Amino acid sequence: MADITAPAYRVIPIIPSLKPGAMEGKGPFVASDKIQEALGFPGQLVDDWHDRAIAKMGDLLTKYRSLKVFMDACVHCGACSDKCHYFIGTQDPKNMPVARQDLLRSVYRRYFTLPGKLFPKLVGARDLTREVLDEWHNYFHQCSECRRCSVFCPYGIDTAEVTMAAREILDSVGYGQKYDNEIIGKVHKIGNNLGLPGPALIDTLEGLEEDVKEDTGFDVRFPIDVKGAEVLLITPSADFFAEPHIDSLIGYAKVFHATGTSWTLSSMASEAGNFGMFIGNYEQLRKIALRIREAALELGVKRIVVGECGHAWRVAYSFWNTLSGVGGGASETDRFAMMLQKQLDHRYRQPTHICEFTWDLIQRNALVLDKSANDNLVITFHDSCNVARGSRMGDLPGGQFEIPRNIIKAVANNFVEMAPNTTREQTFCCGGGGGLLTDDLMDLRVKGALPRMEVLQQVVDEHGVNFMAVICAICKTQFSKVMPIYGFDRKMVGGVHQLVSNAIQLGPK
Amino acid sequence: MASIVFAILFYLATLLLVVGLIYRISTYARTPAPLKIPTTPAPTTNGGVVLRMTREVVFFESLFKANLWTWGLGWLFHASLLLVIMRHLRYFTEPVWELVALIQPFGMYAGITMLLGLGGLWGRRLFVERIRYISTPSDHLMLLLLMGIAASGLMMKFLVHTDVIAVKGYFLGLMHLDIQMLPGDVLLFVHLSLVASLLIVFPFSKLLHAPGVFFSPTRNQKDNPRESRHLSAWAAKMESEKS
Repeated sequence: MADITAPAYRVIPIIPSLKPGAMEGKGPFVASDKIQEALGFPGQLVDDWHDRAIAKMGDLLTKYRSLKVFMDACVHCGACSDKCHYFIGTQDPKNMPVARQDLLRSVYRRYFTLPGKLFPKLVGARDLTREVLDEWHNYFHQCSECRRCSVFCPYGIDTAEVTMAAREILDSVGYGQKYDNEIIGKVHKIGNNLGLPGPALIDTLEGLEEDVKEDTGFDVRFPIDVKGAEVLLITPSADFFAEPHIDSLIGYAKVFHATGTSWTLSSMASEAGNFGMFIGNYEQLRKIALRIREAALELGVKRIVVGECGHAWRVAYSFWNTLSGVGGGASETDRFAMMLQKQLDHRYRQPTHICEFTWDLIQRNALVLDKSANDNLVITFHDSCNVARGSRMGDLPGGQFEIPRNIIKAVANNFVEMAPNTTREQTFCCGGGGGLLTDDLMDLRVKGALPRMEVLQQVVDEHGVNFMAVICAICKTQFSKVMPIYGFDRKMVGGVHQLVSNAIQLGPK
Repeated sequence: MASIVFAILFYLATLLLVVGLIYRISTYARTPAPLKIPTTPAPTTNGGVVLRMTREVVFFESLFKANLWTWGLGWLFHASLLLVIMRHLRYFTEPVWELVALIQPFGMYAGITMLLGLGGLWGRRLFVERIRYISTPSDHLMLLLLMGIAASGLMMKFLVHTDVIAVKGYFLGLMHLDIQMLPGDVLLFVHLSLVASLLIVFPFSKLLHAPGVFFSPTRNQKDNPRESRHLSAWAAKMESEKS
């Protein structure tokens, strides 16, 4: 940790020159036998890894149109080449999205296309060797699946899809990543990414109730496993005790309290995060999502609300309906989905983001808010990548940008935007997303944060910004760890509902 | 002799192009997209998707956001190519369609702007460090091939004329399996050989970006995952197995 320093800000944000090999290396820690086998993957690199990897690639090419089209369509135009925060921060050419894709595409061409079989050198095709496999493990764990490149690609090629495929292949030959796969194991075994068992969770929540009572004088509850509650809150487990996450959890609870909403958490589904997406494994993605379905069915809730978490919201918004039936619009004959959808109240969006929930209440004047409670703050908003480019809020495209900002403006007086080419759909990843939020990748995480830190510094200098609001558990953890290295106070980062929590008045209206 | 060689070449090239493209496109169409992955903000209606796709295909919207130089040069090349191809329809139609007749004068200059666009794109490949790094030999050759086609065509137009009436007779003949005499000009042979090569490599190369863009899930999917359940056949099987 101590020897990791922040890269210098670019004076003018020009495109950096290339430093080939800058991030060469072994990549993140490799998952142990135990971790791998718990997920049904081979414990160690199998002897016939070459054939199995090619077979897996062939299998994925028939299962995912995205991968198939993306492997063929790239023309090497370079539109994406300067768009990745890891490229900007590391200058390693293999962190250019197109070059990252080509690590896989070169092998695709060699084994699955005629020109690659006949003239490999001509079309940049290469054999799958052990060196290539190591390169995959290294560089496909330098992509946070943030989709920024896909915004700029004339064919919509999304490197996240390629990274997911590569990680899926690596897992299938016994060469998984420790951090991701260990966490998925914890979800299955204990119920959440942090490995917080039920009794400890209940204990934590009781402690929270006392703290809030002491703080505000009100009996704000943090109910868990309450059958027949109206709302089931699914939130990242970091919200239960990490800083600054917990302040947002208090914010959600206050919103529920102020409106008399009956709500509950679930000890079975005490995790919104779904690392199954990070490793590109549909079975894991589905299995993790099914826990929420089970909890909803068991508790008989009418609404499912999701807390502040970027990739979790992408999975919830975009994939839950597909994976577990949490959503609407299933046909009458779809027994699997109807079992749950009949129970849910479709006057509301299913699932609902906590920001949608709160914003609806603010619009209906259901909350009493004292904006001056946030007057000590000059606030900016960092769009979290998976929310920005992989999901939506509200009824209109782009609601995922407007609604959180609307909330901030409703609970605070001082709000400024960061540079427009770094927000909304063009936002930069925090540098720790996509299953990279681990200490063994700290160097990468610091470098990947560079473009965000540069524009944050700008608004700090020009407007005196002292708070960056985010709606993602990974952003919160990543920034509070990395910002001090760039010379910022770690307390500068926090959730949107932390601001709501400050402003909300709990007494009778 | 040349007439017969080029006849065989063009029949073969056309066959490869058509069969190859049908095969590729059917593969794209058959491969399921199991998850909703439009790059958001994305349209929520079918009409919106058509609009997004049109902006993408006609104006290269995403590329415009990415890099103005690449966009300008790329768009110039593609728009010029379209005009040039339309102009060449006169070699395959009798009487010539009105629209084709109308664009004749523009089509001529389009050959020049096409060459300019291609030259600019190649310049990027040669001189911009990042683009040079990601370029394979085939990327350079593809540009050279297109530039060769444009240059040989322009030379026939402006320097060494060929008997275009005879060329037209030859291609009209080919369309009716009736092989006529092809003028024996070297430039024409070069031009036709390069065009045939382009047709042949199309279904095996990155030129597949043309059909591919229409199948790109990040662009052609509607953003409505909460309102309707999207399930692929292979994923649905998991549900029938249990739970």
